[in-house]
Amino acid sequence: MTDIRYVAPQTLDEAVSAFAAAQGSARILAGGTDLLVQMRAGIVRPGLIVDIKKITEMTEIAETAEGGFRIGAAVSGTTLAEHGSFGKAWPGVLEAINLIGSKQVQGRASPGGNLCNGSPAGDSVPAMIAAGAVVTVQGPNGRRSMPVEAVPAGPHRTSLAPGEILVSFTLPPRPAGSSDAYLRMIPRTEMDIAVVGLGANLTLQGGVVTAARIGLGAVAPTVLLVEEAGKALIGSRLDDAALEAAAAACRAACKPINDKRGTIAYRTKVAGVLLKRTVAIAAARAGGN
Amino acid sequence: MNVVTDKLQVEDNKWIGTRTIRPDGADKVTGRASYAADNAMPGMIWGKVLRSPHAHARIRSIDTSKAEALPGVKAVVTAKDIVDFPIETSVMLGIQDMRWMCRNVMAREKALFHGHPIAAVAAINEEVAAAACALIVVDYEVLPHVIEIEDAIKPDAPILHDFAKFEGKPSNIAGTMTAKLGDVEAGFAEADIVVERTFRTRPIHQGYIEPQACTVSYSADGRATIWSSSQGQFMVRAMTSLLTGVPQSNIRAIPAEIGGGFGAKTIIYLEPVALLLSKKSGRPVKMVMTRDEVMRATGPTSGSFSTVKIGAKKDGTFVAAKGDFYIQAGCLPGGPLRGPVGCAFAPYDIPHVLSVGYDVVSNRSKVAAYRAPGAPLGAYAAECVIDEIAETLGMDPLEIRLKNTARSGTKAAYGATFTKVTFEETIESIQTHEHYKAPLDKNPRPGVKRGRGVASGFWYNAGGESSAQVNITEDGNVVVTTGHPDVGGSRASIANVAAELLGVDHGRVSVLIGDTASIGYSNLTGGSRVTFASAMVVTQSAEKVIGQLKERAAKIWKIDPEAVHWENGEARPAGPNAGQFPPLTLADLAARASETGGPIGAGVQLNTAGAEPGFATHVVDVEVDVDLGIIRVLRYTAAQDVGRALHPSYVEGQIQGGVVQGIGWALSEEYLYDSQGRLENAGFLDYRMPVCSDVPMIEAVMLEIPNPKHPQGVRGVGEAPIVPPLAAISNAVHDALGTRFYSLPMSPPKVLERLDQA
Ligand SMILES: Cc1cc2nc3c(=O)[nH]c(=O)nc-3n(C[C@H](O)[C@H](O)[C@H](O)COP(=O)(O)OP(=O)(O)OC[C@H]3O[C@@H](n4cnc5c(N)ncnc54)[C@H](O)[C@@H]3O)c2cc1C
Repeated sequence: MTDIRYVAPQTLDEAVSAFAAAQGSARILAGGTDLLVQMRAGIVRPGLIVDIKKITEMTEIAETAEGGFRIGAAVSGTTLAEHGSFGKAWPGVLEAINLIGSKQVQGRASPGGNLCNGSPAGDSVPAMIAAGAVVTVQGPNGRRSMPVEAVPAGPHRTSLAPGEILVSFTLPPRPAGSSDAYLRMIPRTEMDIAVVGLGANLTLQGGVVTAARIGLGAVAPTVLLVEEAGKALIGSRLDDAALEAAAAACRAACKPINDKRGTIAYRTKVAGVLLKRTVAIAAARAGGN
Repeated sequence: MNVVTDKLQVEDNKWIGTRTIRPDGADKVTGRASYAADNAMPGMIWGKVLRSPHAHARIRSIDTSKAEALPGVKAVVTAKDIVDFPIETSVMLGIQDMRWMCRNVMAREKALFHGHPIAAVAAINEEVAAAACALIVVDYEVLPHVIEIEDAIKPDAPILHDFAKFEGKPSNIAGTMTAKLGDVEAGFAEADIVVERTFRTRPIHQGYIEPQACTVSYSADGRATIWSSSQGQFMVRAMTSLLTGVPQSNIRAIPAEIGGGFGAKTIIYLEPVALLLSKKSGRPVKMVMTRDEVMRATGPTSGSFSTVKIGAKKDGTFVAAKGDFYIQAGCLPGGPLRGPVGCAFAPYDIPHVLSVGYDVVSNRSKVAAYRAPGAPLGAYAAECVIDEIAETLGMDPLEIRLKNTARSGTKAAYGATFTKVTFEETIESIQTHEHYKAPLDKNPRPGVKRGRGVASGFWYNAGGESSAQVNITEDGNVVVTTGHPDVGGSRASIANVAAELLGVDHGRVSVLIGDTASIGYSNLTGGSRVTFASAMVVTQSAEKVIGQLKERAAKIWKIDPEAVHWENGEARPAGPNAGQFPPLTLADLAARASETGGPIGAGVQLNTAGAEPGFATHVVDVEVDVDLGIIRVLRYTAAQDVGRALHPSYVEGQIQGGVVQGIGWALSEEYLYDSQGRLENAGFLDYRMPVCSDVPMIEAVMLEIPNPKHPQGVRGVGEAPIVPPLAAISNAVHDALGTRFYSLPMSPPKVLERLDQA
């Protein structure tokens, strides 16, 4: 019965002022694949919807001067998949985003929405954390940036300040011998939610790992950067001992709950299994680079 | 794949057995088909249900005054408005007891599950109706609740119904059913080997895509029209009549296209409520359930807790079998005991059988029928024990089944003496199938194990009441009307039968589903009865029509009707003695219908009989990811005696669908409750039905062994295919892992936990 206002501004400044002026009763609309579902279920009842898809910066994929990528927060999974070079540099990030939902959902769902929805099981988030992506946000007090892992604050909460909008993700340039991968455990083969999700991003030189970052999802209130797992791999040739140490670090990082989707014991064990499998894929890809 | 073992009735068929385009196909693929929620009427308002927030609570009072005062609210109903069926007297409609149905549709003395309807509101739109529901004040006395069978049958369990007694004491066991043959204890004494195991399964939802929905318009003259989708418009009429007190003659139930039912739509939830709201408000009322309401408050099928014990001789001959089946009824009595009790051991010739079912109530939504109601639960336990006996004796699991098959003359514990049994054929068909003979690499890659399993199943099948009308249109085409909602392609089968018998092109036959005012009484679409029964009444109707056509031709030719033949859609003189006349086509005779005696058409109404039981044998290969505990089905072959496949695509569809539902049952589907007795996974995300990519193409082997008691040889096919998969998959998992699971679903956490223990 409450009226909902809808605006689709052309510029970020207009979006920020409309969003901030509504003081918490507004919601940003990217693809809407979370927002509309939540509205239908009566979980959120916004008074104002600010659609950000008309803002060029939010829907652009650009190569940065340093040789990295900047992805607008509202870019859809399909747009990203169709980009000429992104998937070659970041196959893990791309596969994580493309795992979201189905063909229909892919046409809309965005990495910005996936991150800002704040689900600990969001598929693109572990891959983005592993990639070392940095987000740009803009609010009434201007722009700032922070690492992706600083955005989630708890289940369905973020550290964005009131009125702030996520603008883009910046991914660093790729040294030679780098690649990434993302795997999730779901009971079904598709149309499911991650019980555990793991992103691995590696750089190898002469068979030795020189850089490694691991993002781990669905095992704690927020998606985690597992620094210890990365450390366990760096300097190794991905021998069994290093892999087991990294897997143990992932298991140790888990603070899961028993719920309808999995038990504590199950999630913890699977985190270690996925570490090994994902690292193997990323390493094979990096070897090919 | 089609195996025709009897050429009878087959060779000359032009339409029967062919894959014609289904009559309802174009409308369905173009989105034009009208389902229950698609109906709208001028002046229509919306009904919403207020549901219990407690799993178990006495209702002290309900105050609806604030809701009624809300602007836009047109009517409110509570249990007071529903006809009360006192506990003392059972009033049955088919297998449904109105004492339970009236309490299921609207909670009466107590709220018995989280989501139990407490009241309903009709208002100008859904939002106002929902707001009004929130204004209804209910004074609850919250009671302790119980969810699981094993808790419900404990001596100190919270009792749901004071009237239910077991062994003289108040109990959640609301009833029992026994099937007995010989002396089971004496039988076990003769056995060389006895295996006894206990099994658990979880409630499973039918998972139809279309939520329950209806529109009801109650007119000033006391007549009501109901638009809804169901597995029986006559059931909708009768049950609504009983629950509202409006006579059946004043209710017209119009069936919409149905988006899946699988048994669940053999009872109703909304129609009586909408009728009463319409009566009070004077406006047509529409009600549509949300998915959450469907999952939470419409019947899933029962979970079970069963112990099966089978004794055999060293050579594999079964000598005795005992089954104790505790079956969830949900919050009111009426679990499908007949399924496990009667079907578990029915495929086998066992001299001593004792099979007992217990109807266990608990604070869950009342169960509803689901394909072969209850039979998969019994077969799961029995067929897993048989696998273990075969393993222990070192016998091939199909050999041991073959050795013990029921044959003609075998008496089943449930009472029947079989006339023609085609179980053996299903086993032999799997035994000789390339799938069963193909080698299986059990350790294809590190971390992956594979296994193969088999199981069999039985379903009674059914006949019962059906009506049909076959009319010839003025332009010489054919309209067939039956009284059965089409859930699985029955219109396509009927079109083939009518075209075949009348000798006309399939495209000239329309098959329609009549409403309760336009066709005679027809029992539910369920129990694998519709194609069997409606083909029978349509055949007899078509034969009458052919008789009329011959008479009309005889009249025109001025010869004896006996001297006219009906062939390829034309009347012809029977032979040279009959005279020399050019043939009269259906169109010719239709054009001259008025001058030869009036409209041409005939109907038949029957209580059909002769539905022979269905048997199925399945083989499945599974693959287990031992590090993640995920089980995937690699290959699945299902052999079944289908009688005659009037339309092979929809027979295959039944078999494939039943198997896929069985796969979900075995591996991923389950109802999960929190400590407050609230369902936690009331949606398709967390209630995990298989999606397409989860299952391989299921190979359906249709054994066409005509049922001698049916004009086309039809045998029911819809239930039997869901009976074997639970055990077949369990047995395959055992073959892969060397360990047996005695509970379903075999979900990844459960599998990994077991593997970690090993
Ligand atoms: C059928 C289906 C399947 C799904 N499967 C998956 C899956 O497999 N894996 C998975 O992770 N998710 C899945 N989802 C959830 C959803 O699709 C993803 O989270 C998706 O990435 C959300 O993106 P969106 O653009 O649609 O977000 P929206 O719904 O538009 O937004 C999501 C939330 O983030 C906020 N928001 C969006 N953009 C911004 C921004 N730039 N700044 C600030 N706040 C913002 C919105 O206000 C909202 O609260 C599925 C959803 C559906 C309907």
